[in-house]
Amino acid sequence: MIDETLVNLSRLQFGLTALYHFLFVPLTLGLAFVMAIMESVYVMTGKIIYKDMTRFWGKLFAINFAMGVATGITLEFQFGTNWAYYAHYVGDIFGVPLAIEGLMAFFLESTLVGLFFFGWDRLSKVQHLAITWLIALGANLSALWILIANAWMQYPVGTHFNYDTMRMELSSLSEVFFNPVAQVKFVHTVAAGYVTGTMFVLGISAYYLLKGRDIAFARRSFAVAAGFGLASVLSVIVLGDASGYTIGEVQKVKLAAIEGTWNTEEPPASFTVVGWPNDETQTTNYAIRIPYVLGIIATRSFDTPILGLKELISNNEKKIRKGIIAYQFLQKLKNGNTSDSVKQQFAAVKDFLGYGLLLKRYTPNVIDATEEQIHQAAENSIPKSWPLFWSFRIMVGAGFLMLFIFAAAFYYNAKRNVQNKRWLLKLALFGIPLPWIASESGWFVAEYGRQPWSIAETLPTFLGVSSISVQEVWISLGSLTLLYTILLVVELYLMFKYAKLGPSTLGTGRYHFEGART
Amino acid sequence: MTLFDYETLKFIWLLFIGALFIGFAITGGFDLGVNALLIFIGKKDLERRLILNSIGPTWEGNQVWLITAGGALFAAWPLMYAAAFSSFYLALLLVLIALILRPPGLDYRSKLPSRAWRSTWDFCLFLSGFIPIFLFGVAFGNLLSGLGFHYDDTLHAHFTGGFFSLLNPFSLLTGMISLSLLLLQGALFLQLKTPAPLDTRAAKAARVFGVLFIISFSIGWYWANYKLDGFQVISMPGRNESFSPLLKSVEKAQGFWLHNYQQYSWGYCAPALALVGTVCALLFSALLYPGIALFCNSLAISGVIITTGFTLYPFIMPSSSVPSHSLTIWDAASSQLTLSWMLIATLVLLPIVLAYTVWVYRVMRGKVNEKDFLY
Repeated sequence: MIDETLVNLSRLQFGLTALYHFLFVPLTLGLAFVMAIMESVYVMTGKIIYKDMTRFWGKLFAINFAMGVATGITLEFQFGTNWAYYAHYVGDIFGVPLAIEGLMAFFLESTLVGLFFFGWDRLSKVQHLAITWLIALGANLSALWILIANAWMQYPVGTHFNYDTMRMELSSLSEVFFNPVAQVKFVHTVAAGYVTGTMFVLGISAYYLLKGRDIAFARRSFAVAAGFGLASVLSVIVLGDASGYTIGEVQKVKLAAIEGTWNTEEPPASFTVVGWPNDETQTTNYAIRIPYVLGIIATRSFDTPILGLKELISNNEKKIRKGIIAYQFLQKLKNGNTSDSVKQQFAAVKDFLGYGLLLKRYTPNVIDATEEQIHQAAENSIPKSWPLFWSFRIMVGAGFLMLFIFAAAFYYNAKRNVQNKRWLLKLALFGIPLPWIASESGWFVAEYGRQPWSIAETLPTFLGVSSISVQEVWISLGSLTLLYTILLVVELYLMFKYAKLGPSTLGTGRYHFEGART
Repeated sequence: MTLFDYETLKFIWLLFIGALFIGFAITGGFDLGVNALLIFIGKKDLERRLILNSIGPTWEGNQVWLITAGGALFAAWPLMYAAAFSSFYLALLLVLIALILRPPGLDYRSKLPSRAWRSTWDFCLFLSGFIPIFLFGVAFGNLLSGLGFHYDDTLHAHFTGGFFSLLNPFSLLTGMISLSLLLLQGALFLQLKTPAPLDTRAAKAARVFGVLFIISFSIGWYWANYKLDGFQVISMPGRNESFSPLLKSVEKAQGFWLHNYQQYSWGYCAPALALVGTVCALLFSALLYPGIALFCNSLAISGVIITTGFTLYPFIMPSSSVPSHSLTIWDAASSQLTLSWMLIATLVLLPIVLAYTVWVYRVMRGKVNEKDFLY
């Protein structure tokens, strides 16, 4: 029988360690490009201040990068340590993008990052610039392959079930690679990374401008961040991955849950700005709605309906019934009855096998499920609506706030009187946490919205856990939480300290705190 | 898309996984070795900074060998990845904590002047080298003696035995083998990269670890082949088939681990490479050719990993409790299509990785000096 405590603790551990890792990744993605842009200006114009900018933001990049590297290993290990059945069941497909990520992207980024820091005097200007761009490229390729793997969990294409080995196997790598969900996710996530990097630079530069020190350095950094940031935040919003929510069944559930849409709406559906989704009564109270908007955003059309959760649940109940039949035939195949008729009958319903597995939570044999259990499994075949409803709105709210900050920063930077707009500088400084709030909520929407599946319509989350003891997970969860908390405090302390010291940390003698005035 | 038949692919992937682990043991090996030696060879703060900066430009890339080996294990042998990682749960948690401490340790240590801050990180860095080296060795020992696990009919793996059963006498010995070999590697690297007096201290340490390795490896060889129960496949479906690990029968008995050597006597080259490589490494270290010594010891490391692989073949994770559920390269592998694509990806990408890695080492060649300081 499935141990719910084991499942919940394992999920908690994976969720926390992934959220934690995701504190560092977006900044790496964005800052690498900011550095590459600054260094390009240095190489083209020969102005030494741009080299200083590259090196200073590179210092902060290093503090962040160390944590990103350290916490990424946890995630790779956990698929094996805590989600062993998951690893067995889908490793044939899921492992491939992870392995290629290592070979193609992470090697590139990590091997060259040493040269970025140690190679200033050993490489020519152009060689060093190439290194910086390649690091940015490596970071982005890394995101590409990880998101291909992640998108496959949301919308598993190019795969089939093999009953000899009791697992999902690869049918087409190109389908996995060109997964439409992966494309949407990639663009949305890396652009969010650029927003994080630029917001970071914008806010810290604003701090120097507010303090009235290192003006030339801060204004140039501010300008780079404002331009690149405005373009990025527009991309994130325009290319938001809502458009990916109509591809695949579980994505549709996610969309309906985000919107608190319980009943299927006539197209084009209206968008609920705020409201209070009630998962018990399956209604959304106090809703304020704008007609047409959701239909246009999500389906890019006026005539595609958006399914409501109630209808999705009743669809799922039918699928669960087919899943029971699939499981029945699978039993026959496993018991050696591999006649053509059994194979054909299994093939006809094997797409629903995952739905049959949902019943394992209630009855290990699946085929003896009662009506009550089938009903229960269907009710639990969607995630809770209210957490998704709110985290999505937090993400979007933070996004639009940043759009305003970047637009204002860009405008006043172009008019060359940013320094006099203290309200904007303060907004930029105190807006630094915004991209993190948005990224973490966005991650939550994507992954919590996938529940109860770890692989959409294929493998329920609870079934993927390792047969380890609850105590073992308590020990790992406790020690990782403790270690991560200490490291976060240390990281933030150093980040604040070095950000406050500013470019004087380079020891060039040209900056504030060093006696010289810029 | 079929480049090779399934059997050949399964075999090629044994070689590739082996190569990735050798890549990690050689390069990650001297980084981890250097971390573990930090507080012993570096007495003053400046010395420790020299030591850390000697691995500074390259450790990040080296660590990716481990990440990639893990990813390749996941993709090529998902059953092994799942069973090994969850049965080594607490051991891997320790390795993980150690590896997590390493990047911030290296990067943050010298960012504040406080002595307490620096010595705390130095101790963390010592652990971040020592723990993984030791526990990776323990893991190899447990592969040879077999782990307690079996499968149910849905291929859920179940484990018997816990963290402390992993620390049996034989695996403690293999932990020692790993420690002496990789500390030797770290010491030789420091002899090559650091200025006096650090390089002479490192050479001294290398002598101790080299001798320890030769002794412990010889005992380990005897123990595995003449004391330990080995495993042997009695029957299984065809190697070209796709089948689950429940369909074969396996026996275990003393001496079975010698089976491959009896069948293919060229296999003795692997342990010989390990011993001869170390002897040469010690010789060249004493003659003050640390570069050549490092190369020889890298051969020795390859020898040790090949010895383990050759001894186990075709097993990759034997089960001591239900031997027939042991994992072999024939039944723990991914599908033919996955192995084919992974082969193509590796053949295209790995040479590129090797090319720029070599280039980075060339750019950073020579001993470290204070001008290179980042950490």
